[in-house]
Amino acid sequence: MNYRAIRAIYLFEMARTWRTLLQSIVSPVVSTSLYFVVFGAAIGSRITEVEGVSYGTFIVPGLVMLSVLTQSITNASFGIYFPKFVGTIYEILSAPLSYFEIVIGYVGAAATKSIILGLIILATAGLFVPLHINHPIWMLTFLVLTAVTFSLFGFIIGIWADGFEKLQMIPMLVVTPLTFLGGSFYSVNMLPPAWHTIALLNPVVYLISGFRWSFSEIADVSVGLSLGTTLGFLAICMAIVWWIFRTGYRLKH
Amino acid sequence: MSPIISVSNLSKIYGSGFKALKNINLDIRRGEIFALLGPNGAGKTTLISIICGIANPSEGSVSVDGYDIIKSYRPARSLIGLVPQELHTDAFETVWATVSFSRGLFGKPKNPAHIEKVLKDLSLWEKKDSKIITLSGGMKRRVMIAKALSHEPQILFLDEPTAGVDVELRKGMWEVVRTLRDAGVTIILTTHYIEEAEEMADRIGVINKGEIILVEDKAKLMSKLGRKQLKLHLAHQIDAIPPALAPYHLMLSEGGTELIYDYSTAGERTGITSLLGDLRNAGIRFSDLETSQSSLEDIFVSLVRQV
Repeated sequence: MNYRAIRAIYLFEMARTWRTLLQSIVSPVVSTSLYFVVFGAAIGSRITEVEGVSYGTFIVPGLVMLSVLTQSITNASFGIYFPKFVGTIYEILSAPLSYFEIVIGYVGAAATKSIILGLIILATAGLFVPLHINHPIWMLTFLVLTAVTFSLFGFIIGIWADGFEKLQMIPMLVVTPLTFLGGSFYSVNMLPPAWHTIALLNPVVYLISGFRWSFSEIADVSVGLSLGTTLGFLAICMAIVWWIFRTGYRLKH
Repeated sequence: MSPIISVSNLSKIYGSGFKALKNINLDIRRGEIFALLGPNGAGKTTLISIICGIANPSEGSVSVDGYDIIKSYRPARSLIGLVPQELHTDAFETVWATVSFSRGLFGKPKNPAHIEKVLKDLSLWEKKDSKIITLSGGMKRRVMIAKALSHEPQILFLDEPTAGVDVELRKGMWEVVRTLRDAGVTIILTTHYIEEAEEMADRIGVINKGEIILVEDKAKLMSKLGRKQLKLHLAHQIDAIPPALAPYHLMLSEGGTELIYDYSTAGERTGITSLLGDLRNAGIRFSDLETSQSSLEDIFVSLVRQV
């Protein structure tokens, strides 16, 4: 293993985060705070409790997930897309590096960023609503698994994208709607039966449900199913990344 | 001594069906400066990209110091420093950070003294804390060379190293390249400046339309293909070359005021003495004469045209 190279890529990517602190950390925190003000305080005060917890507290796990999902994808896709775009990828490809090491460097850094961000948002949420985490270990497990999985997913998008438009397309058109419809702001059990069935096809439901369970033991689906779905998606992403590097797809002519 | 790079039967066909390289066989000797010449689109960059691991070969194989570039990519790539043609840089990084990053990528432990030496050799030391975006084109080019040298490679690929670099800097870079060669580094450069190959290279390869059409020692190539030309500025205009001078295959130009004689330095006799004698016999007087030797550029142009 070329540990020095992994370290170099990881630190390079983390340095980019600190350089773009406003964009990477501050802006998601501000937008999440806005959700708390609008949904938690303004609208939430008119909604009674959801399954025994106040609405403000109920939406916290969903909001954290919303940020972690989108930021993991954005960070990781941009991290690998940018060297492709400016051409500095030549150096990564010509270095004595295995694909595995490249992925650990980029995906590791992207996941680290979104985990830090998730924790900051959680702390911010604590300023607005009372927080109680029943299963902190599981909470962290879901957080890390989700960050890694979606950073891998972002890495795939970054390799596939051949323009800034495509880079934005998947997060905007697929991930954000799925997250909003995935129970960030409501329990899917509140939906009419037909929609409830459709909602269960949305993989994000399982992520948010598991994550919410670790907070308040409220879940739309069983925790095992949540964990299984997350791991399944992780396995799919790993398989795609493996295929990308094996074939050199969009990286090597 | 075994060659440091050995390319055998290498072909590259792009997805579009374009055949960029056709059955290339090429050995690079240890410690030499090898210049790869060829017109745009000849396959120079494709060849370098395959050796360095940026593009996949379609057929054939390459070994670097005995290591296959696919099966043993780690030891093979560790030996190579690459300076690509385009100025690909991380605009917002400092010079020091980007050069140190390259060393890390190649798995070498930190060595600030080496980085300092490289930056000083390339006259970049004063700029070590500057962001790359603030540097001039010539400086960016040198940053890329510094990145390639950061991990102490045994082989250095320079793809059009002095494109867009002013004359003074270019001379400075040649100096750096020579110093590296003296330290035992093998250097492969592609260039459009034939002057550069002429000045620097030990051996020259010419590539055209994906095929290596010639590999030769520079000196041999120059003398083998080198033609000399004698120009005579005539004192009086003439309308035609007298039949007595036909064996010399002279050319009349400048409206009949100049005679051109092509000859080779390879033979023992150049024929100049007898030509001058025959001119006098024919009553043709000249006011001045000059000789010129064909440059590598002329050789190159005529080679590429033949194919």
